[in-house]
Amino acid sequence: MSVIQLVGIERVFHLGDSSVHALDHLDVAIEPGEYVAIMGPSGSGKSTLLNLLGLLDRPNVGSYRLEGRDVTTLSPDEQAEVRSRRIGFVFQSFHLVPRLTAAENIALPMMLAGIPGAERDSRVERALKDFGLDQRSDHRPDQLSGGQRQRVAIARATIMQPAVLLADEPTGNLDRATGEDVINLLEALNAKGMTLIIVTHDQKLGARARRQLEMEDGRLKHDSARDGARPVA
Amino acid sequence: MRYPDVLRFARDAAAGYPLRTGLSVLAMAIGVAAVVVLTALGDGARRYVVDQFSALGSNLVIVLPGRSATGGFSPANALTTTPRDLTIDDAFSLGRLPLVRRVAPLAAGTSEISAMGRLREVVVAGTAAPYIDIRSFRMAQGRFLPEADWNRGAPVAVIGSKIQEEIFGNRPAVGELIRLGDRRLRVVGVLKSVGQGLGMNTDEVVFVPVSLAQSMFNTNTLFRILIEARSRDEIEAVKAEVLAALKARHGGEEDVTVITQDAVLATFDKLLRALTAAVAGIAAISLAVAGILVMNVMLVAVTQRTGEIGLLKALGARGTTIRNAFMAEAAMLSLVGALTGYGLGLFGAFVLRQMYPVFPAYPPDWAVIAALGTALGTGLLFGIMPARRAARLDPVQALMKH
Ligand SMILES: Nc1ncnc2c1ncn2[C@@H]1O[C@H](COP(=O)(O)OP(=O)(O)OP(=O)(O)O)[C@@H](O)[C@H]1O
Ligand SMILES: [Mg+2]
Repeated sequence: MSVIQLVGIERVFHLGDSSVHALDHLDVAIEPGEYVAIMGPSGSGKSTLLNLLGLLDRPNVGSYRLEGRDVTTLSPDEQAEVRSRRIGFVFQSFHLVPRLTAAENIALPMMLAGIPGAERDSRVERALKDFGLDQRSDHRPDQLSGGQRQRVAIARATIMQPAVLLADEPTGNLDRATGEDVINLLEALNAKGMTLIIVTHDQKLGARARRQLEMEDGRLKHDSARDGARPVA
Repeated sequence: MRYPDVLRFARDAAAGYPLRTGLSVLAMAIGVAAVVVLTALGDGARRYVVDQFSALGSNLVIVLPGRSATGGFSPANALTTTPRDLTIDDAFSLGRLPLVRRVAPLAAGTSEISAMGRLREVVVAGTAAPYIDIRSFRMAQGRFLPEADWNRGAPVAVIGSKIQEEIFGNRPAVGELIRLGDRRLRVVGVLKSVGQGLGMNTDEVVFVPVSLAQSMFNTNTLFRILIEARSRDEIEAVKAEVLAALKARHGGEEDVTVITQDAVLATFDKLLRALTAAVAGIAAISLAVAGILVMNVMLVAVTQRTGEIGLLKALGARGTTIRNAFMAEAAMLSLVGALTGYGLGLFGAFVLRQMYPVFPAYPPDWAVIAALGTALGTGLLFGIMPARRAARLDPVQALMKH
C-alpha cells in the first residue's frame, strides 16, 4: 500500500479575476520508505504540493490518501492530529522558535501532543545525541550556526517518528558543506525507513534521490519512476 | 497540550517580549492601584466621619435653636417670625423626661486665656457636669465641672490637653489660676486628648459652667442641648418626647430642631459610600483602558508571531491549543498587572496612613475584589479576539511570514 496516493489533485488560487492553477491534475503515488526529490522551475507548484502533502493546505479537487486513509475529508482537529503524529516538516528558513532553547524546540511537537515531561526529556536527550547536538541543548537559535539550526529542526521534525518527512529546500539557506551534512542526515533517516520528500532547486541534490518528480506549471512533467531508470544513489 | 505546558509556554512567550509585556502589566497595575488607593481614600473618609460621629457619644440627641429648613412648611411655622431661644431652663427641664438619661447645655464663644505669662485664643464652651459622660471623655488630671445649680456656676475651668501643654508645659495645671477674658478662674481638671473632633478640637477648648459662659458672652441663650437617650432603641422616642416638651414650653410652637446622631451618621455614611463607589467607578475606567491595551498588545503579539503560529500548526497544534496559549498569555498579563497594582495600591494606602495617621485609609474588600475581578475579566475578554485571530490563521500564509 502506498504511503501517499494523490488522485486528480487540483489547487487553484484566485487573484482578483485571474486564477492560477498551482496544481493541475496531479496523480502521484509514493511508497513507504521512498526518497523523492521534487524539482522544477520557480512557481511550478512544488511548495504548494508539499503543503498539501503536509495537510497545511487542501486541494480544490481530487483525493489524498495518507497511509490508506482519505485525509482531505478530515476535520481540522483530525488533520492537526495527523500532522502531529504522521508528518514531519523541515523548512528552508529553519523556523525555530527564537526564545526557546535547542532542547525546547525539539520538544515542542511532543509538548503540543501532550506527551508527559519525563518522556519528552528522555526522547530529547536521545535526539540531541543522535544529531550531534548534546553540547548545544541549552543554546537558543541565535547562538547556533545555520547547520546546527537545521539539525535542530530535523530533530524536531522526526521526534514524533512520523511516517513522512517533508523538506522544502532544506539546504537553501546553507553553504555547500553544511548543506551536504544536512542532506546526509536526511538520507540516513530515510535509510532507516522514513519516507523522505525533498523540494530542491539543486540538480545535484535532486539527482541523489532515488526518484525525481519534475514539476512545470502545476503539472507533473516527468516522474523518474515511470522511466524504470533509477539513478544510483 | 497539557495545561501546565500551556501556562509555561504563555509565560515564556510573555517574557520573550519584556517591553511590551512590561507596558501592559504597568497599565493594568496602574488601573488596579488607582481603584485601590481611591477607594481607600473614599472609604477612609467615610470611616473617619463615622468615627468622629461615634466619638460624639452614644445614643446622642441634639437640640438646635430654630426650625430646620428641611422641616417643611407648617401653619405654625408661618405664623412665627423669630424662633424662641433655647435657655438653661429649657435644658434643665428636659432632664426630667422619663426616657432621657442625661442632659447637658452648651453655650459657646471665643475668648483669650492667659496664665503663666502666656496668652492664646481659645474656644470657651459653657456646659455642666453631665457633659463629660455624654461625650465619653476622660480626665487626664483633676475632675470635670462640679455638679451644681446650672444657673450659678463656680469660677472654675476644665482645659483641653493642648492648652495644658501650651500654657503649663510639664507643670501640673490643676489648682492654678487662669485669666479667661475678664474672669479669673481656677483650673479643676485637664481632659485627656481625644484628637480632632467634628467642628471643634476638644483639646483646644476651655470648659466652664454654662451660666459663667453666658455672662461672659453677655447672652442667655444656648448653642445646643445635648441629650443622651437611655438606649439606642429609644432615640426616636426621646426625639419625639423632647420636641413635645419644648413645644409646650415655647407656647405651642415647634421652633427647635432635634437631630439624632443616627440620622446624621446614616446620611453621611450613605453619601460617602456613594462617593467611594463613584470614585471606584471612575478608576475602573482605567481598567477598561488597560484591558484594551492588553488587547492591542496581544494583537501585536499575534502579528509578530505569525510565523511561529504557522509553525505550531505545522507541528500539529490544534486551533484550540493556539487559542488557549494566547488567552493564557493575556490572562497572565492581566493577572500579574492586577497583583502588582494591588500591591502598589496597598502601599499607596499605607503611605496615606503614614502621612495622615488619623485617616483610616484602608481599601474596602468589595473594591479590591471588584478591581482584581475587573482586571482579570477585561484582560480575558479583550484577549479573546486576538487569540481567535491567531487560532484562525492560515498555516501556509503564516509560515511564509518569518
Ligand atoms: N497563497 C497563494 N495565493 C495565490 N497564488 C499562490 C499562492 N501560493 C502559491 N501561489 C501561486 O501558485 C504557483 C505555485 O507556487 P509555489 O509556491 O508552489 O511554487 P514553487 O514551485 O514552490 O516555487 P519556488 O521554487 O519559487 O518556491 C505560483 O504561480 C504562485 O504564484
Ligand atoms: Mg517553493
